Amino acid sequence: MKTVIAENLVKTYNKGKVKALDGLSLDVEEGTVLSVLGPNGAGKTTTVRILATLLSPDSGRASVGGIDVIAHPEKVREVIGLSGQYAAVDETLTGWDNLVMFGRLYHLNKNAAVKRADELLEQFSLTESAKRPIKTYSGGMRRRLDLAASLIVKPKVLFLDEPTTGLDPRGRQEMWGVIEDLVKGGVTLLLTTQYLEEADQLADDIIVIDHGKVIAHGTSDALKKEVGGERLEVVVEQSSIPKTLEIVSRVSGNQATLDEGLRRISAPVSTGSMALMEVLRSMDSEGIHALDVGLKRPSLDDVFMSLTGHAAEVEEVTK
Amino acid sequence: MNAIKDSLIITKRQLLQLARVPEVLIFSTIQPVMFVLLFRYVFGGSIETGQPGGYVQLLMPGIFVQTVAFTLAATASGLAEDMKKGLIDRFRSLPISRSALIVGRTLGDSLLNIVVLAVMGMAGYLVGWRPTSGLLKVALAFLFLLFFGYALSWVGIYIGLSARDARVVQNVSFLVTFPLTFLSNAFAPTTGMPRPLQYVAEWNPVSTMVAACRQLFGLENQFGATAGSFPSENPLTMSFIYMGLIMVVFVPLSVKKYKNASN
Repeated sequence: MKTVIAENLVKTYNKGKVKALDGLSLDVEEGTVLSVLGPNGAGKTTTVRILATLLSPDSGRASVGGIDVIAHPEKVREVIGLSGQYAAVDETLTGWDNLVMFGRLYHLNKNAAVKRADELLEQFSLTESAKRPIKTYSGGMRRRLDLAASLIVKPKVLFLDEPTTGLDPRGRQEMWGVIEDLVKGGVTLLLTTQYLEEADQLADDIIVIDHGKVIAHGTSDALKKEVGGERLEVVVEQSSIPKTLEIVSRVSGNQATLDEGLRRISAPVSTGSMALMEVLRSMDSEGIHALDVGLKRPSLDDVFMSLTGHAAEVEEVTK
Repeated sequence: MNAIKDSLIITKRQLLQLARVPEVLIFSTIQPVMFVLLFRYVFGGSIETGQPGGYVQLLMPGIFVQTVAFTLAATASGLAEDMKKGLIDRFRSLPISRSALIVGRTLGDSLLNIVVLAVMGMAGYLVGWRPTSGLLKVALAFLFLLFFGYALSWVGIYIGLSARDARVVQNVSFLVTFPLTFLSNAFAPTTGMPRPLQYVAEWNPVSTMVAACRQLFGLENQFGATAGSFPSENPLTMSFIYMGLIMVVFVPLSVKKYKNASN
């Protein structure tokens, strides 16, 4: 069953001058994760805001959990959780205050709200900071609390708008862990992100959007195949180039390419760090010293390059 | 029923904020008390009133009205702050009554006014303010002031939701409240103003409020209400009409604005 459906959504701002969505369609199968991947200004947030009943589209239709978002927004709000890219919690209050307040607003009675708040704080490793004002939290803690606030009544569908934008690598890892646990618990999730890596890590299904339109749709593997996957890159001394070319080509299974000026040898690989180690071992036994070595993952830019032929330009949306 | 409950939860949130950051409450009471002292001792000496008990008797109703008028700014900037932080989006994505957030905030700001008015009243008493009308009428006057602040709070909601930036909100609120409170009989007689300004001052809701409070506190001298015009003759009635008008216009406007709010 499709839990989230959007058909031909169009949304313009500034009396039609800025087209945020230009006929966007998507759907999410129950219990799966769809990632909406795109640069700033592509229409990710607008899509989420329409599905979460915060914004009406100019045309098109959408439903969440079988409920039409335009006709019955109040019913949709009972089955969704929303966590945005800015932590939308009251910063002067403590984490506990916030969760109890939101629990009460979901019409839990006082005891149930307190119990649920304690549970969520525990689940998101925030028990120790429960009684501190949110102002004193780190970026990662704020996001976790924000996410907790959207889970008070165990929503059927969860919308996460760029949940890790602006977090440091550790915060991002923690957030991914939390999200993965939620997905195991069976929630249907729609997640927007600017990071291919994040979509790859969390999503069953990915759509890539640009200028308010879907420009690619597929699983992470399919998309990566289209983009070209990871590349292994090694930089060596001039004298070691022929030998290294041989090694990299053998490991990759494809003819390695050489950038003569940079003395950089590269080739696509499918086994990631395994391939990297194999290359290093072979080089070591041949007595070749690597000056620089690494795996280059395709970035959002690479995806855009291969899909649209232009870089992921960051558009300033002037309102 | 849920709509009322939801609103009260929002009100409680504001009280919790005050408990967590008590400085807010302290400074929102210090400022009006400072006004009382400044006006009482800086202007009080040079304004000839003919009022038994001196300028402070006329001043206090003026400052009470000015202070509750500033509720507009408090409501507006509180709401703008919530907008900026994305809190409004969260509230709007919850299955709660759509007006709960704004009703709750207007109530919360009125509760804050109770505290502020009480402290100001005490400060006034210390510097010589003595209402002569009896407890009942004094209580009525304070109730009246709270309603006025509540009505203006809805104007603040509208401003807070309309502005694109929290910093603009502060400026706009002051642009509304400063002329409103000074182009009135609150601090000085309107008779000294140029004729066109006198008309504005006479019809200004702040003037009718101040005059109504002065009546309720037992004062005869209306401090410039000399023209015999309807508002100066019937300040209580006129003030009720103004409060009603403000609510009738700004409650639906604000609710509509809130429903369509998107940042």
